[in-house]
Amino acid sequence: MPPVDTWLYPTPQGLYCAPGDFFIDPPRPVPRAVITHAHSDHARPGNHTVAASSATLALMRARHGPCPAETPLAWGEPLHHRDVTITLHPAGHVLGSAQIVLDHQGTRAVISGDYKRAPDPTCDPFTPIQCDLFITEATFALPIFRHPPAAAEIARLLASVALFPGRTHVIGAYSLGKTQRLIALLRQSGWNEPIYLHGALLPMCAIYQQHGIELGDLRPATVAEKRDLIGRIVLAPPSAIADRWARRLEDPVVCMASGWMRVRQRAKQGGVELPLVISDHADWDELNQTIDDTGAREVWVTHGTEDALIHEISKRGIKGRALRLIGYGEEEAA
Amino acid sequence: MKPFADLLERLLYTQSRTAKLPQLRHYFATTPDPDRGIALAAITGELTLHAAKPALIRTLAAERTDPTLFALSYDFVGDLAETIALIWPPSQATQLPGLAEIVATLNSTAKPDLPAQIAAWLDAADPSTRLALLKLITGGLRVGVSARLARIALAEWAGHTTADAIEEIWHSLAPPYTDLFAWLEHRAPRPDPADAPVFRPLMLANPLETGDIAPLEAPLYRAEWKWDGIRVQLVSTAGGTRLYSRGAEDISATFPEITCPSPAVLDGELLIIRNGAVAPFADLQQRLNRKTTTPKLLRDHPAAVRLYDILFDGTEDLRGLPFDARRARLEAWHARNPTPLLDQSPLIEFRTLDDLEPPRANARSAGIEGLMLKRANSPYLPGRPRGHWWKHKRDPLTIDAVLMYAQRGHGKRSGLYSDYTFGLWRTDTELVPIGKAYFGFTDRELDFLDKWIRANTTARFGPVREVSPGLVLEIAFDAAQLSPRHKSGVALRFPRIARLRADKPHQEADRLETLMKLIK
Repeated sequence: MPPVDTWLYPTPQGLYCAPGDFFIDPPRPVPRAVITHAHSDHARPGNHTVAASSATLALMRARHGPCPAETPLAWGEPLHHRDVTITLHPAGHVLGSAQIVLDHQGTRAVISGDYKRAPDPTCDPFTPIQCDLFITEATFALPIFRHPPAAAEIARLLASVALFPGRTHVIGAYSLGKTQRLIALLRQSGWNEPIYLHGALLPMCAIYQQHGIELGDLRPATVAEKRDLIGRIVLAPPSAIADRWARRLEDPVVCMASGWMRVRQRAKQGGVELPLVISDHADWDELNQTIDDTGAREVWVTHGTEDALIHEISKRGIKGRALRLIGYGEEEAA
Repeated sequence: MKPFADLLERLLYTQSRTAKLPQLRHYFATTPDPDRGIALAAITGELTLHAAKPALIRTLAAERTDPTLFALSYDFVGDLAETIALIWPPSQATQLPGLAEIVATLNSTAKPDLPAQIAAWLDAADPSTRLALLKLITGGLRVGVSARLARIALAEWAGHTTADAIEEIWHSLAPPYTDLFAWLEHRAPRPDPADAPVFRPLMLANPLETGDIAPLEAPLYRAEWKWDGIRVQLVSTAGGTRLYSRGAEDISATFPEITCPSPAVLDGELLIIRNGAVAPFADLQQRLNRKTTTPKLLRDHPAAVRLYDILFDGTEDLRGLPFDARRARLEAWHARNPTPLLDQSPLIEFRTLDDLEPPRANARSAGIEGLMLKRANSPYLPGRPRGHWWKHKRDPLTIDAVLMYAQRGHGKRSGLYSDYTFGLWRTDTELVPIGKAYFGFTDRELDFLDKWIRANTTARFGPVREVSPGLVLEIAFDAAQLSPRHKSGVALRFPRIARLRADKPHQEADRLETLMKLIK
């Protein structure tokens, strides 16, 4: 069996599978790409042939328009391509997010993409896949990051809404994934009021709804009267919550939903009044648990704080390597 | 302990006073005695606690964590207590005692047993509670709640009294304030301060602009100097003597030389006076915000109180008397009780209000900020009642500075760049920041500034934008003083934006040496 790094390795154009002649989440357009999920730092426009889950392809079409050749793959459906078999399994990060499983001459590599293990009503849950090489993200790979249960954070938000009935709560959330998860979590917690959205968040919500995810009564915040938004919950992209856009809100309580909110300096820097520690990435314990679940003896880290994770797994006899792939973690760093 | 941790966390992120009040009210309403009283003491700085050294908690963390991971984490977080709170290994949550019990245990635990006790609590807590614990234990809560704000919250929550009324008994009370809460909840009468030396709410003046002075009738007013120190209240009763700041903070230990020869409640200005001459405010600042003082400071920065008013003579409440009658009582009291560290602020003779203009305009020397005009028939009223006392400050100094950085505001200003850092030219090409201002402009000017800043940003640091030199601001300020803590070596008192000078080329803004010449 050929060692994995003879047929799968990082190049300046991205992670490359030589026998299949394709790239995974390439930062620049390539002839053949396999995409883990539709966040813009992983799914760039302009690739010629794209294999991905059908939900990821739908989200990519909405963002960049159609690509010339799309290969939708169902969970677990093998795609035999030259001497490589490609299979997708859910990653639990956002709608359609996948782990990419590559089998070549009896060895198996799994590329996690971004993932989490915590339950999420808006996407299929992560399933650990046994493999020889596991290529993982490491956004929150420090032992200070242990995400609390999301329901508890939503409870803090709703307590604040009750405490400040004369103000508008505006939550900074990324347009793809975080927004829909927050809405679904709010609905699970019994918040059945209309939720008001910044215009940039509406298209992605529509695709989620087309995929059968219930989000309830959503309304554009842009057309609402300032007065009508008092006591309401408004979602907007992080760049808008403390900026000109938020001036349409009455004495807003600026909230931000992100794993980074765990660290006070990060939250204070953004002018956040109510930080909500809700993340779509694996925390420290989930990263370590997942690595053990895969049984991999070798782990590559694509992006994040890799030093701590490589140090920790080395104590368990697992070989770690930092790929330092450039460009990831830019669209949604949370 | 968890409700206290939740309160601290929310207060930490809340900038505006009005947004802090509902949080405090909610906490007092939903937390039982004695925890809420201990929390009140902790946030108002009245809690006595055997604080632990940071080294102790650092050692604890080292025993529980991998040193490499701890170092990487500390590097990322930047705060020791927060790093430990977050990295502490999760454990099966056992019940954590309430705040009052924790404080009592901390004060009664022998030093060698302290680490094990703290570790046991950290095991039982969640991350935000761990952080509150660690900040409490190491003595650094810093949530930006003044004692006054806490009393306003208490009064609002109770609904039947005022912050002033709470202030009047505050210093006869002690944590956990169960008698105070009983009164606020209608379960008991108002605690009787008896003969404790409690603070009485001060009477404050309204600002008077030059244009407003004409309608005042000169014979109805008395004039005094407005001394440039800090306003204090000296209280002496059978129960003791206290010196209070304007905000009702007990500063007796900071100024131990100030004593009172006979029972009274006196209103005056705390100043540094050397050989009869009032020293600049900067000299007084050397002695402020210290828990205790040193013989050297006492010798080199001798404090004294210049008396304005008398509220109580012995146990006789004089606050209902008109100003003239109180002034006579003050003079009589002072004649009976001469003491070198208490003197009287003189009245300024005048016939017409125009007579006062030269002394006000020339008041920049000798520790004087301006003039006070007080109605001869005004009783001593708490707060800032209209139409009784006026402060007529000397005209501010001004300087033309260049806008360097801007920061987003909070609450109603959260979408606007409303906090400005400005600087002066040290050389032809180098600007040095000299201060920050966030008021003094109209809404329209704020709008202009915000647009200008967005269009001229050169760098961003979190909520702060750096702008290219180009906009001149006329800055008004009350005084400039040397300050080794500032890069420019100078600090402004009470800076505000007087005018936007969009017309003025930024190269023609003032130089640092011009400001240096204004230092007294």
